[in-house]
Amino acid sequence: MTRLMNCPDPSPAAPARRTFFTQAGVGVALLALAPGVRLVDLARARAEDEPVTSANRWGLLIDTDKCQSGCDECVSACNEEHGIVGHGRPETDAQWIRKVDLKDDQTGHELSIPVLCQHCEEPPCVDVCPTGASFRRDDGIVLVDKHICIGCRYCMMACPFQARSFIHEELTGQRTHAPRGKGTVESCTLCVHRVDKGEQPACVEACHREGHDALVFGDLNDAEDQLTKLTRASATRELRPELKLNTSVRYTRF
Amino acid sequence: MLHGLTRTVGMIRSFVVLFIFALSGSAGLFADVAKPQIPASRGDQCVEPVEIMRRNHFEFIVHQRDLTVHQGIRTKRHSLAGCIDCHSTKTAAGQYLPVNAEGEFCQTCHTYAAVKIDCFSCHAAVPTEKISQSP
Repeated sequence: MTRLMNCPDPSPAAPARRTFFTQAGVGVALLALAPGVRLVDLARARAEDEPVTSANRWGLLIDTDKCQSGCDECVSACNEEHGIVGHGRPETDAQWIRKVDLKDDQTGHELSIPVLCQHCEEPPCVDVCPTGASFRRDDGIVLVDKHICIGCRYCMMACPFQARSFIHEELTGQRTHAPRGKGTVESCTLCVHRVDKGEQPACVEACHREGHDALVFGDLNDAEDQLTKLTRASATRELRPELKLNTSVRYTRF
Repeated sequence: MLHGLTRTVGMIRSFVVLFIFALSGSAGLFADVAKPQIPASRGDQCVEPVEIMRRNHFEFIVHQRDLTVHQGIRTKRHSLAGCIDCHSTKTAAGQYLPVNAEGEFCQTCHTYAAVKIDCFSCHAAVPTEKISQSP
């Protein structure tokens, strides 16, 4: 749990504040001497021309108590956002999120949860990719660079969550922010085009719009983030924990 | 041995090219290939001088694509979406024409140069969002 969340140990407030003030003082002095050199890296929005860094680790928390059976607003919002249209072939149609209904046969307890790319810290899809198309961005988002994807689909076989889809058909009418094309593999991008603008993923917005608030998006590396506070406060789990993938998508009350 | 052969072939090729140029100069061998008629674009000027764009636009786009996909750098200057935003034209009915349609901005030169464009099997060829113009 501690390993998973990379949470710093909460230390006594007063010494921490004192340390901060000391460092901030030195930081300001250094700033005055050498612009661009910072001792204390302040939390701030990333500029358009700045690369992503491992200072952030984007993640998603799914509250299985709040997620409603029969609701698929997150799936519809995802399809709308990325221009995903089915071809009447459910076995091969692209699917970035799917709702899975589970039932405990012993107790009769039922669950309905969205399953999507879990954005692993140790992604098997990246391990097996022969071209480097499948990669993990420094901020933890696992993506496919479709420019160098050869469509071999090894990643689809390696993914324990069956989170990836292959595009079989020639497509038209793609969204400007979501290029998609025949012969490449794709999966949830955590709405990377939105995240880069400081916005929330489409599924999270849709869930909130429906009043369910079962999805919380945030930065697992930011101790003050809502997501981090929630994951620290209550027990959460990752799917297939035995694989030790350290996923960024986590489930609670499950 | 192989190196020598390659050099010989290269020399022969140079002579052939020179010969064709000499011919074309006198007999107008290429004269019947019409220059591409490039549709007008929006905006005052391109992000780079026209001559540089004609020669190197793909370098800019490829460089930008790697920065965007892998590092999340989304500057507008050399973004493909930015190109499409300025260089797409509308029909009389107000519908955008894809930049890779016959006679449109990208396709007209690519037809002339006989180079296939791959961008638009995945990327939108019409502006679907308003991209703010920034230098």
